[in-house]
Order: sequence, then structure tokens, then C-alpha cells
Amino acid sequence: MPLLEVRGLTKVFGRLVALNGIDLIVGENEFRGLIGPNGSGKSTLLKCVAGAEIPTEGTIRFGGCDVTMDTPTKRARAGISLKFQMTSVLPTLTVYDNVLLAMQARSPTASLIFSRTRGLLHERILHTLEQFRLAQHSTEQAAALSHGQQQWLEIAMALACKPWLLLLDEPTAGMSLEERRITGELLTAIKPHCSLVIVEHDLDFIRNICDILTVLDQGKVIDSGTVRHIQSSRKVQEVYLIRV
Amino acid sequence: MVLVVFAAAPIMLADYLTVFVTRVLILALLALSFDLVWGYSGIMSFGQALFFGGAGYGVALLARDLGITSIFIVLPAALGIGLALSFAIGGFLLLGRYPSTTIFVAMGTLTGSYAAERLARGWYYLGGQNGIPSIPPMTAGGYEFAEGPVYYYLALSVLMIVYLVCRFVVRSQFGLALAGARDREARILFFGYQAQKLKLTVFSLAGAIAGLAGALYAFHEGFVGPNMLGVVLSTQVVLYALFGGVGTLIGPVIGVVAVEIAGFWLADSFPKIWPIILGLLLLVVTLFWPTGLAGAVVSEQERIGRFGRRPFPPRHTDAGADDAAA
Repeated sequence: MPLLEVRGLTKVFGRLVALNGIDLIVGENEFRGLIGPNGSGKSTLLKCVAGAEIPTEGTIRFGGCDVTMDTPTKRARAGISLKFQMTSVLPTLTVYDNVLLAMQARSPTASLIFSRTRGLLHERILHTLEQFRLAQHSTEQAAALSHGQQQWLEIAMALACKPWLLLLDEPTAGMSLEERRITGELLTAIKPHCSLVIVEHDLDFIRNICDILTVLDQGKVIDSGTVRHIQSSRKVQEVYLIRV
Repeated sequence: MVLVVFAAAPIMLADYLTVFVTRVLILALLALSFDLVWGYSGIMSFGQALFFGGAGYGVALLARDLGITSIFIVLPAALGIGLALSFAIGGFLLLGRYPSTTIFVAMGTLTGSYAAERLARGWYYLGGQNGIPSIPPMTAGGYEFAEGPVYYYLALSVLMIVYLVCRFVVRSQFGLALAGARDREARILFFGYQAQKLKLTVFSLAGAIAGLAGALYAFHEGFVGPNMLGVVLSTQVVLYALFGGVGTLIGPVIGVVAVEIAGFWLADSFPKIWPIILGLLLLVVTLFWPTGLAGAVVSEQERIGRFGRRPFPPRHTDAGADDAAA
């Protein structure tokens, strides 16, 4: 049974058809890359899967359950975690508290009021911060981090929820080459634990970490397959050579 | 130092000033409830007076119709009335499929406050325009809490207890979740937070505190009237908090003390133009000093806050990369 099954997904904004009958199936521990020109519907697809947008038509099944109309909260609790295109860390909070905020999300209200879970989560928070090279910044405000570090903090927060499916929207935007390389290593390390759907414009980056690529253009899937297949696809070449 | 000043105030002040300062302490409690919802949770409540006046009317009716004035009944009853009213209104305004906008909640609470005031003015059972006068004093056993030093210490004790409870809440992990809901509500939904329920919880808590303040006010003044429920008082509370500094618990207390004392002194010194001077003062502070008066005495770190019991110092390990999703 696939982890994520999207069937006939359509999203219309006024007269604009952002997604037009998208089918997408993602298996467990699969890393799927979504590529395509600007405006092809990649981010809208991620938002529909995460619950930020409700599709006009079609169904989304996650872990065998229909989640098409579920709220973002319900989907997050089911195991879907989204990192937005724009960084949205809490700038005035410390780096540590940003990760704690994400990690404690499913604790009961009474536990939160009496701060019962912080001690239990402490080791995991430190592991996560070390993992993402943020340990020495743990007591600094998130606003003081560089753009690349804020992106890592965002990914760390998305992973802190222990998702089954991680959705990343342009995680390397604005990063240096070295930061991109490190991000690739960080993401490769999580492969045994969850599946990934990633939207990215950096084709070198995405083909190094993804098993399968899906190419979108004008709200439709134009091709899908292994990196080698996509590299040799005539339809994809048309989109990238003619349109882009 | 501040506590010593507050504790010694009734000894140093004339009786009429003790009564005035007691009123200030009760209003500080109301302002604290507003700060909890706006400063810490991002819920713009323009209707805190509704919970204040609602509980005030509730305990006044208990005293008038049932003869119940025991502090052990009326204060819990006021808490309950404030909690029930705020839970009902908050449930309606906050529990949508998607987060409510600030303006929707502000208008909703403002409308509630206005409607409650109109209802009280027109309802004969509640005394109409005249309200409910001659409320008997609050009692504990055979002891009566008359206005003066004893009532002052009662109000000060309640304010301190509520302050400590609020501080415990906003400095807990729950406070961290509230900070997330205030600054990035749309984001924390994707972590799995039930942000609307978090907000309803704190809105109800603030309503209970406002209710408590309403009961203290009703027994202190011996009177409740429609103005206790209305938009003028609701707006005044917002100004207290903005003037003192939202997002700090001490800010609204400073705001109430400063505004009330300034008003008291200005009314004496400039009887014809004092409201204009006070209005200009409020305008200048809120426009040019966004952190309010508390910004001068409260550090940046204190305003942002620390959350939960801190198990620091951080440990430094050589954790492997495969722990990322552990």
C-alpha cells in the first residue's frame, strides 16, 4: 500500500487552473522530487497534500485513509509535515525553543501547562540541533541565524514532529553551494525514517537525493520516472529547453 | 521594593486615597486579563468588560436576591461566570475550521460588549439604567470586607496570586505554544497544534480573571451598572495595556497605575482640559514607545521569555547523522 496516493487532484483559483487532474503515488521511504517551471503547480500540490489548500476535485489518501478534507492539524498528527517555501521560524524565540515548539506539538494541554515534557524532549532537541549544525546557536534568537541556518532550522522543526512524510518546498533557496551540499547530506540521512516529497529548482541537488522525479507543467504531470529516465525524456526536454 | 510600597500604602495614604488605589488594583487585574489574551496570545479582545461586568452583575444578584455574600461562594462564582461567558463567546469566535482573523475577533468581542451593555440598560430585573445599588459587603464568616485597608489587602492579595498564576502559565511550555499561536498561527497548525483550542483555553482563563475582578469591583463599590459591561471600559482596558506595555505581565499593572494616577492628578490640576492632556499622553506613548512604559524597566529577554523548566546547560555529543529523525 502506498504511503501517499493522490488521484485526479484539481485546484482552481478563480479562472486559473493551478492543478489539473494530478496523480501521484509515493511509497514508504521513497524520495520524490517535483520539478517544473515556475507556475507549474508544484507548491500548490504540496499545499493540497499538507492541507493548506483544499482541492477543487480529486482525492488524497495518506496511509490508506482519505485525508482530502482534513485540517492541517489533523494531517500533521497523522504524520505529514510541511516546510514552507518562505522561512517561517519564530524570529524572537531561541533556536532551542523553536525546535521545542515543534516537538511538543502533540503533548496534552495539561502537560504543557505544567511543563512536564520539556525534560523528556531535551535529549532529542539537542540531537536534532547537533544534527543540523545548530547546537552552538541553541540559545541565540532564530532571527540572528543566517538564511541557510534558518532553512536548516525549518527542516529540523519539520522533522521534529516525527513525520512519515516530509514535504519540503525549495529548502535550498538562497543557500550557498556548501550549504546545499550539507543539506543534501542531512536529507539523505533521514531516508530510513520517512518519505520525502521535495520541490526544488536546483536539478543537480534534486537528482542526487531523489529516487524518482515527477515533472509538472501547467498543472499537469508531463512525465515521471527515475532520474535517468527524466534526463532522457523528450517531453521534459521540450519544457525545459523551450519554455524555460 | 515595589511590594513594600504596595504593602505600606494604606498606612501612608489617607482613607479616600486607599479606596482609590484599591480600585486601581482591581482594574489592574482586568488589564492583566486583557494582556494575557492580546500580549501573549494575539487575540484582540475588545470585550473584556463583558466578562468583568457579567460577573459583577452575577454576584450582585446573588447578594441581592439570595443574600449570598460569602467570599468563598461569590469569588468562585465570579470565576465561573467569567469562564462560562468567555468560553461561550470564545467558542463562537475562535473555533472555526481556519484561524479567525484579528479583526473578526475584535469586532465580535466589541459587539458582545455593546450588546450586553444595551441589554443591561433595558432589562428591569438588572436595574436598567440605574444598575443594582446598595450591594451588601462581602463577608467571611461574620467578618465584613468594607472598603478601606482590609479590602485593599484583599485586592492586592488576589492581584498577586493571579499575577503568579499568569506568570506560571506564560512561562510554561503552554506559554511557548501561545507565543507560536500569536506570532505564526498558520505555521504551528502544520506541527499538529490545535491552535484554536489553545486560544480558547487562554481566552477562557482571561475571562475568569476578568470575572474575578468584576466581583471585587462590585463589592468594593457596592454598586454595578451597565457601564461595567460596555465598550468604554473595554477600550479603556486596551489603553491601559498599550500604555503600560503589552506582552509583559507587569506592563498592564504599570499602565493602570500610571493612567489612573495621571488622570487623578490632572483632574485636580487642570479641571477643564485634563481629558485632552491625558489623551495626548496616551497617544504619544502608544505611537512612539511601542513597548509601553514597561519597556523602560523590563529587559528584552524578559519580554520574550523562557519557557518550561530549563534542563540546561546544553550537552555536547557526537550524535550521528542517522539520528536526525529519531
